[in-house]
Amino acid sequence: MADVAVGKDKCGEQRLVSLPLSRIRVIMKSSPEVSSINQEALVLTAKATELFVQYLATYSYRHGSGKEKKALTYNDLANTAEESDTFQFLADILPKKILASKYLKMLKEKKEEDEDDEGSDDDEAES
Amino acid sequence: MAERPEDLNLPSAVITRIIKEALPEGVNISKEAQSAISCTASVFVLYATSCANNFAMKGKRKTLNASDVLSAMEEMEFQRREQKGKKEASEQKKKDKDKKTDSEEQDRSRDEDNEEDEESLEEEEQNEEEDLDN
Repeated sequence: MADVAVGKDKCGEQRLVSLPLSRIRVIMKSSPEVSSINQEALVLTAKATELFVQYLATYSYRHGSGKEKKALTYNDLANTAEESDTFQFLADILPKKILASKYLKMLKEKKEEDEDDEGSDDDEAES
Repeated sequence: MAERPEDLNLPSAVITRIIKEALPEGVNISKEAQSAISCTASVFVLYATSCANNFAMKGKRKTLNASDVLSAMEEMEFQRREQKGKKEASEQKKKDKDKKTDSEEQDRSRDEDNEEDEESLEEEEQNEEEDLDN
């Protein structure tokens, strides 16, 4: 299990962090009020992100559909975001998938509702 | 914000490797799932950074340091625990005090699940295994 925790680079040597720190720094700096980041903080964040990815992957796999146990699918992730408290904050970026036809129908229904509302507003304006 | 959308994503090869190392052998990951996890990781960094920044500002510092990041992890953890706590509180009304002790133990091992120091890494992973098996 220790091997999983520590990434390996091309030479097969063990590194503490697999994710590129420069990229992590870019993401962190895109946050509005952040001025500068201590190197330690950067490494910690990178490590935490790796652990997070591992946790999300394993959690989704184990709690995912029994049928496709040999694969991790998007739906497994979406289910996790919806059902797990820990991953609630991901619910917006991992929405459940619906058929396009169903979505178009929903749009149409909403449009009809809006038109009905406008209709009654017009009546009030006239009177 | 960064110049291009790609800048905000982590390299897919590395993400894929991390996922593959985490999952049992022979398990495939759909491309969709890979890119979703990649986005998730970026969101995680943003969320953690924003939380850590709050701690830095409280300390009237402009530079994020390691303790800010650790406090942020606890904070994110705490919010999840709070949600879990509320859920369990409503369950408590139907259950014994004995059961409450059990769920407190579960909370503790679940806390240890989450990402913190690299020092407590192995311990965490073992706990994670136990917790997920429960």
